[in-house]
Amino acid sequence: MSWSLWPWGLDAVVLARAQFAFTMSFHIVFPAFSIGLASYLAVLEALWLWTGREVFLNLFNYWLKIFAVAFGMGVVSGIVMSYQFGTNWSAFADKTGPVIGPLMAYEVLTAFFLEAGFLGVMLFGLERVGHKLHFMATLMVAIGTLISAFWILSSNSWMQTPAGYAVNADGQFVPADWLKLIFNPSFPYRLVHMVLAAYLTTALVVGSVGAFHLLRDQHLAGPRVMFSMAMWMATLVAPIQILAGDQHGLDTLEHQPVKIMAMEGHFDSHPDGAPLILFGWPSESAAKVKYAIEIPKMGSVILKHSINAPMAGLDTVPRENWPPVPITFWAFRIMVGMGMLMFALGLFSLWARWRGTLYRSRLLHLFALLMGPAGFIAVVAGWITTETGRQPFTVYGLLRTADSASPLAAPAVGSSLIAFVIVYFAVFAAGAIYILRLMKEPPHPGEAGPPAGVPARAAGITPAVEGYVR
Amino acid sequence: MSGAFDLAALWAFIIAFAVFVYVVMDGFDLGLGILFPLFPAKADRDVMMNTVAPVWDGNETWLVLGGGGMMAAFPLAYAVLMPALYTPVVAMLIGLIFRGVAFEFRWRTTQARNRWDIAFAGGSWLAALAQGVALGAILQGVHVEERHYAGGWWDWLTPFSILTGISLAIGYALLGATWLILKTEGELRDKAYHLTWYLLFLMLAAIGAVSIATPFLHMQYAQRWFAWPNLIFTAPVPIAVAAATVLLLHGLANKQDSQPFPLALALFALSYAGLGISMYPYIVPQSITIWQAAAPQSSQLFMLVGVAVLIPLILGYTAWAYWVFRGKIRPGSGYH
Repeated sequence: MSWSLWPWGLDAVVLARAQFAFTMSFHIVFPAFSIGLASYLAVLEALWLWTGREVFLNLFNYWLKIFAVAFGMGVVSGIVMSYQFGTNWSAFADKTGPVIGPLMAYEVLTAFFLEAGFLGVMLFGLERVGHKLHFMATLMVAIGTLISAFWILSSNSWMQTPAGYAVNADGQFVPADWLKLIFNPSFPYRLVHMVLAAYLTTALVVGSVGAFHLLRDQHLAGPRVMFSMAMWMATLVAPIQILAGDQHGLDTLEHQPVKIMAMEGHFDSHPDGAPLILFGWPSESAAKVKYAIEIPKMGSVILKHSINAPMAGLDTVPRENWPPVPITFWAFRIMVGMGMLMFALGLFSLWARWRGTLYRSRLLHLFALLMGPAGFIAVVAGWITTETGRQPFTVYGLLRTADSASPLAAPAVGSSLIAFVIVYFAVFAAGAIYILRLMKEPPHPGEAGPPAGVPARAAGITPAVEGYVR
Repeated sequence: MSGAFDLAALWAFIIAFAVFVYVVMDGFDLGLGILFPLFPAKADRDVMMNTVAPVWDGNETWLVLGGGGMMAAFPLAYAVLMPALYTPVVAMLIGLIFRGVAFEFRWRTTQARNRWDIAFAGGSWLAALAQGVALGAILQGVHVEERHYAGGWWDWLTPFSILTGISLAIGYALLGATWLILKTEGELRDKAYHLTWYLLFLMLAAIGAVSIATPFLHMQYAQRWFAWPNLIFTAPVPIAVAAATVLLLHGLANKQDSQPFPLALALFALSYAGLGISMYPYIVPQSITIWQAAAPQSSQLFMLVGVAVLIPLILGYTAWAYWVFRGKIRPGSGYH
């Protein structure tokens, strides 16, 4: 077989980037959901233990089944990520292994084992270990997801804003100061922004499922409780997230100004106040944003908090160091747009709550239903913004993406890309269908947990009094 | 320099330990998938799945520790081996995806359940074969130039790597069958006893074949095993294999449910020790030693603190999870 016809003459680096983007975009959806959902499950179980109200146990078991399916998909798509550094990016692995390898090893030791070790008890062990130990298992899984976010975002942030390192004779990055390395300049902002994103994403999914059932019957106890809880989260967290995102942006302006230029579409330098370009069509060849709708001076107001502050543009940066501007520009707008919609949903629900129509307003329920995927869209768009915006580097300013790839020919990388695309669509589409099928049913009184390992419940168990609210 | 020496050797031991724990722990649950085609009854398959459902995720985490730990402690070896093992690693990952999601998916559908049973069996087979092939590919050595792999993406494919692939699948099946003896009862357990006889002889044949083939790969392997005085240290390995086999046969003949699984683990441990004897001190055989591949001391020390504190803790709560789900799994008790 001749490989000379490999499509479009794509080289191995482009294919490896496509593979990383594809597998990462799929993977990030699961942690974003399971970080939030694990915490939500811990809250539900705590409320059940504290109040003794069965509605919380029903909700716990209901979301636990969904968690089990999503978590399994997160595990297997995550193993792919951890091996991809070696398979497709071996030069990167050799050079950065001494620095980010230990961070990822700590993620495995402090987070993955904790989650996996207690997951079995959380899913199947309620009858075996008793309520208190079971709650501890749930708590450990929830804490594990947060510790995992800590380490992986630290290593990602180090690649964005490297600190605390030296370079040895073999050209490897080696640790010089672990504290500076772990708590590198962009890490605190990225961690806060991502954890809040995970909580918002989960709240929107929970709210959407609650709204779906309330649209069909406003009196179901479970959907009422989950909808109310989710809307509180949206109301409180969406504005905090907008503030956190703004701070993250200011930090990026300080450490990765070129990324901000691409996000804002600032091709030209503005010595006396840069505009805020709302929409437009960035053209790299023309080095301008076509059909731009912009607010004069507003860019400087947001980024520099001063109306006439000068802002440098991409014209100060050599072309070979430009990130892909249109993708960065548009992904950023999609993320911000989703954030604004979340903020609007939070306000709307607060108003409905105040008027006493939280469980009756069909418009609110419809809005919340449609916002179900908004968190996922925002998370993926946000990651595309930050990862595309730091190109053409893997370690910002120090190691170019083209110098990071494995010494493999295009057919190898292309074939594995095709294999992953087929497998991911087949497997994760099935998983999505199963999750949607679970969500289609409302939580029932006497809701059972995940199927494996749980002793079958007695058929005639008394339905909970709280199943229905008049 | 002596500090660096000790640290690299210590880390080689830690990585080897993580990979060994992975091999035996995921080995028995991959083994169940390998044996799935021999247990067509839905009730049997449900019980088999339930014996590992609460623990499989923890078992697989050791694989992430082995891979991630290697990138951290021996980045050069990781950077050379992963591209060299490109095809088997990708195949393994795809196999693990299919079998991993099957644990939950097969309960979520009634009409298509069989499809996820096929995914579980096929994924387990693919992952086991790919891991065995990767092992063989490492043993036979890879083409290294300067700091990178310099071969193609099919270099791993040789009769030897196919032999190690099949051998590992047989070994996993043996672990799976003895696990079923430990965790089930009635006809299912009796069938597992029956299978274990065959699998044990296949496993011994596989150990023999790999042991005979390995010294022919490189002179160094032959010298390591047969040169005097090395023989004093290497001869006990086959003797111990023989002893474990005799005990295992005894346990099978007397139907002692708790014996076959730990003895099968012992056979794995001995085979693994044999591998260690062949490879040490190379991490990429005949090309890169553990000292050449080692990350700087500061990296290895930083992680060593975590390993020293956390691995005992992890082993502790993992043991607790196994304890919670101890005992025989009965049909019908695990689902509704």
